Amino acid sequence: MRNINKKNLKKVLYKMLLIRETDLQIAKKYPENEMRCPTHLSIGQECVPSVIGTFTKKKDLCVSSHRSHAHYLGKGGSLKKFISELYGKSTGCSKGRGGSMHLTDPDVGFVGSTAIVSNSIPVGVGLSLSSKILGKKQITIIYLGDASVEEGVFFESINFAVTKKIPVIFVCENNFYSVYSPLSVRQPGNREIYKMVKACNIKSYKTNGNYTNGVISTFLKAKNFVEKKNEPVFLEFETYRWFEHCGPNLDDHLKYRDEKELLYWKKNDPIKILQNYLIKKKWINNNSINNMKSSIINKINIAFKYAKKSPFPKKEDLYKYLYK
Amino acid sequence: MKSRNLKFTEAINEAMILSMKKEKKVICYGLGVDDPKKIFNTTNNLKEMFGSKRVFDVPASENALTGIGIGSSLNGLRPVMVHQRLDFFLYAMDQLINGAAKWSYIFGGISSLPLTIRLVIGRGWGQGPTHSQSLQSLFLHIPGLKIVMPSNSYQAKGLLNAAIFDNNPVLYLEHRWLHNTYSHVPKKFYKLALDQPQILKKGKDITIVSMGYMTNESIIADKILRSHGIQSEIIDMCVMSPLNLTKVFSSVKKTRNLLVLDTSTSICSLSSEILSQTYRKCFGYLKSKPEILALPHVPQPTSFGLTKKFYNDYIDIIKSVKKILKVKKNIKFKENKRIFHDVPDSNFKGPF
Repeated sequence: MRNINKKNLKKVLYKMLLIRETDLQIAKKYPENEMRCPTHLSIGQECVPSVIGTFTKKKDLCVSSHRSHAHYLGKGGSLKKFISELYGKSTGCSKGRGGSMHLTDPDVGFVGSTAIVSNSIPVGVGLSLSSKILGKKQITIIYLGDASVEEGVFFESINFAVTKKIPVIFVCENNFYSVYSPLSVRQPGNREIYKMVKACNIKSYKTNGNYTNGVISTFLKAKNFVEKKNEPVFLEFETYRWFEHCGPNLDDHLKYRDEKELLYWKKNDPIKILQNYLIKKKWINNNSINNMKSSIINKINIAFKYAKKSPFPKKEDLYKYLYK
Repeated sequence: MKSRNLKFTEAINEAMILSMKKEKKVICYGLGVDDPKKIFNTTNNLKEMFGSKRVFDVPASENALTGIGIGSSLNGLRPVMVHQRLDFFLYAMDQLINGAAKWSYIFGGISSLPLTIRLVIGRGWGQGPTHSQSLQSLFLHIPGLKIVMPSNSYQAKGLLNAAIFDNNPVLYLEHRWLHNTYSHVPKKFYKLALDQPQILKKGKDITIVSMGYMTNESIIADKILRSHGIQSEIIDMCVMSPLNLTKVFSSVKKTRNLLVLDTSTSICSLSSEILSQTYRKCFGYLKSKPEILALPHVPQPTSFGLTKKFYNDYIDIIKSVKKILKVKKNIKFKENKRIFHDVPDSNFKGPF
């Protein structure tokens, strides 16, 4: 596939490292108690949003849910505004009103992430309905998790998108857990998500979400279909979060998931997989990876300094933005 | 200028047509917007004039449709979503409360959300517990929404135009029993301010704060009371959120008496909020104990027998005013008797 080339894969790697290093730094600094908001890290799930960010344009739109750091950064959202938002500062992307779960950067088409499971799914369909009616050439990406498909509004949104032919890509990142509740207590074991959704008469594919090349092929297949046919597609990517559901720590001492499972997914680290591929292809070497990493870490440090130095929103502005 | 009286539903239809002509980005959707009954004729001719891209019927998915309204308004459209009953819209509370109401605030005012949601409030003909809830007070509790409740055709047109061209989510509450009422409506496009209630009648003896259909009853009551020398100042809560009671306070400072009418029950309601704020702002001015006329705190029953004394009308208003003002003399009037208590007029035959 001609899109799987050195230039694109290096872009994807850069995004993945940016997401990983940013979230690691958040985890490190979180115990300082200055980022005072619930924070859901994306470590382990960097691949899908990095690929999608690489293969969509700024004018393409995107919505997400509570675990949205990777989606925001993958789409190219401002790092400084993001970190400032976590610190509740007036320089934050949502001017300190939203926190980690309410990120936005309209400059790059990241319309917003919202904190209620499935809440942003119909919003994404609406964005795309508008593109269709107004003749804007753009697609919309809707990120959702495996628990999202259990909400009624998910079905409502799929049904609407199929019936009205809305050019939207539903991207389900299946990480097998809703907080501590495994899929087995939430959905029948012999039913796969993408197959259930397929029954709604929508094109539906499933791929391992940690292998960059496979994610690229699947995503581009979907994107071409949506652009050509003006119809929706559903994608399921299996992936895994390494850290706890919410917060900066590991939580495997709670024994809610099998140790072997975690080890398996850590072995299938999306960053290592892509790095190994690039090295094997001789498209990159360890030295250039380290250079890439240190330039990223430098950017992250600057963003944290900026955020810490920024002022809190003024008390007298409490009522500001209630109405537009 | 010659007065042109329009039916409430015709005023809504005219507002839709003028707004859609004025701005291509206005769309209209909802269950039945282009069905043969056209939402009580309020969406007549829209599809024919503006096409199926801008006027379309939808699946019965109230929650998703609200989110779709949010998304499409964030990306350039000005959607008008219609529900034939407010009660159906209760499926959409996540999108309304967690989404539409908060979008501007939680994202630091970054985008406009020009979404209008028309909700029809039913009454009578056995509409019962889940087809006749007047839940304005429930919505008023949520910061970030604008809420309007027109009580005549003039307001119906002006407030709908204003809602459509406002950059915030607006709930437009229309009472089914107002649908067949008439009042003067200018032909041109006009908007009414979405900032405060309106004074509909000037008077010096008592302030009556009213809303929606109850305003109709209060105007009948005022006519009778006036012929007996009692002047009511009627303030209509046609814009109830953002809540601005400045006009109520100045009126009460003048009349020194207050009666508040509610189209729903009074516990944690707009009427009790009005009473509470007025007490705090005008305590020293009040000459009598203010009263609220509201519904019993039970679900609206369906039975023809049980609804008989359920709703308040102009006679109850007259009684309350007499009590508040300690009027002893007998106020005689010819009762404008309805043959059946559960319909607004003899033309109303239901079924909804």
